[in-house]
Amino acid sequence: MSDEIKVKVSHMTKKFGDLLVLNDISFDVKTGEFLCVVGPTGCGKTTFLNCLTKLKAYELTGGEILINGEPVDLQKHNIAYIFQEYSSFPWATVEENIAYGLKVKKRPPEEIKERVEEMLQLVGLTEYRSYYPGQLSASMLQRVSIARAFAVQPELLLMDEPYGQMDNSLRYKLEDELIQLWQRTGTTVIFITHNIEEAVYLSQRILVLTNKPTSIKKEIDNNLPRPRDVTDPAFNQLRDEVTDLIKWW
Amino acid sequence: MNEYAKQKRKEKIKFGIVSVISLCLFFTIWYVCTAVLHLKPDYILPSPVQVVEAFIDKLTRTAPDGATIFGHIAASLQVALTGYLLGALVGVPLGVAMAWFRRVDMFVTPLFDLIRPVPTIAWIPLMILWFGIGLGAKAAIIFVSAFVPCVINAYAGIKQTKPVHLWVAQTFGASRKEMLFTVAIPTALPLIFTGLRISLGTAWMTLCAAEMLASNKGLGYMIQVNRSLARADLIVVAMLTIGLIGTIFTVGLNALERKFVKGGRRG
Ligand SMILES: Nc1ncnc2c1ncn2[C@@H]1O[C@H](COP(=O)(O)OP(=O)(O)OP(=O)(O)O)[C@@H](O)[C@H]1O
Ligand SMILES: [Mg+2]
Repeated sequence: MSDEIKVKVSHMTKKFGDLLVLNDISFDVKTGEFLCVVGPTGCGKTTFLNCLTKLKAYELTGGEILINGEPVDLQKHNIAYIFQEYSSFPWATVEENIAYGLKVKKRPPEEIKERVEEMLQLVGLTEYRSYYPGQLSASMLQRVSIARAFAVQPELLLMDEPYGQMDNSLRYKLEDELIQLWQRTGTTVIFITHNIEEAVYLSQRILVLTNKPTSIKKEIDNNLPRPRDVTDPAFNQLRDEVTDLIKWW
Repeated sequence: MNEYAKQKRKEKIKFGIVSVISLCLFFTIWYVCTAVLHLKPDYILPSPVQVVEAFIDKLTRTAPDGATIFGHIAASLQVALTGYLLGALVGVPLGVAMAWFRRVDMFVTPLFDLIRPVPTIAWIPLMILWFGIGLGAKAAIIFVSAFVPCVINAYAGIKQTKPVHLWVAQTFGASRKEMLFTVAIPTALPLIFTGLRISLGTAWMTLCAAEMLASNKGLGYMIQVNRSLARADLIVVAMLTIGLIGTIFTVGLNALERKFVKGGRRG
């Protein structure tokens, strides 16, 4: 992690009609940092990522979000977003899904081929390369989305509760895969979850949000050594600290 | 081959066998009712054997309706394909444009909604007034009948596009045009094919109606003329030919669909 600021969120405010969701929130994300955002359901975590990527109906009501000191430009900034819902294209094979971002970014065919190959191996889907999403299990689908996102070597990776629906053993496995990918690539990650243990396991820093209208309750640095152990007393202490913060959600 | 594939194959073979049995049963009952029991006179209900004879005869003879069976088929195909292809070529892009571009939607949809409930055969008189009884009028009627399902299904298909799929494209930096071609149209493809299949059916049916009203050649015309000549055998020949060609079209279109629509029909 460097001291360069990758994402600068200042006075971010979002209203849907009269409903104030994000209430004047400011924070920075450093280049190469792994930031986890935890908050109660419906507090606006997804809304934050949608505003950042300027999706339809998610224009900010106030404040601004900058990447590398400039307004977000999806054509220019290399962003990948793993959505809360399943988002692989049912009409395309695993391979084609993974190649999608690279194709949009008009990378040369040889590079696409090479990167798809690499990603298939990384997420362990080589054998399933010509399967369609309809033929895959939930965890495989999630890996397709992860591979598609990492394939473009994003400078900023947004993940919205990607492991929300999965059982624990599977989640642990994918979390470890994610950490490895992140360590290899050095990309900046904003990871949203409402699972405190997950946040403590993954993050370098945790942003705890309040209920709507949402503001930042606390920012917690997480310097636990890796690989992390969920039975480690230090791990438990940090987990309890975060849990206490949000006890009365 | 794994167990699952074997199972599926078995199912398919079973389906095939039952289909053949059903067809055989139909022709046997027909045969018994006519050639054996003579329930109705031949000129009202001919036996299958008579129909086959009439068909073979029709391969070379132009009497009594002015053309061999090939002549009628060619005339019908020409009209149907002209109208159908034009309908698809205009209808699918229009449906896509209506669903994708808000302005086109606002402008065209009211007009389309007004035209849509008008039954195709209601267009026949007007088309005959405009184009006479040649290729033009019939092709125009077929066009209308094929065009409507193409528009409706292409429209519905594009509207099915999941926002999250568009967002994936958008966050990777795709332009609106790329989002249309790499996300919305692939989403819509199964329904576009449904539209093409439905409109092929209606086009082929409308063709007969159009030819029965105004024509001097074609399978519909053949039915019409032979009714006044009390040649039920030739009527049945024409009807079976229509059925057979329709089936061939459907099979062809299904093959095309399997080639282009990937990943099954799930959303
Ligand atoms: N497009 C929208 N139009 C109107 N209201 C919206 C829209 N998107 C989100 N909201 C509202 O904003 C609030 C925050 O929603 P959001 O999906 O961001 O929550 P979340 O923190 O991601 O919740 P969860 O943990 O359940 O995923 C909710 O009250 C929701 O109803
Ligand atoms: Mg959410």
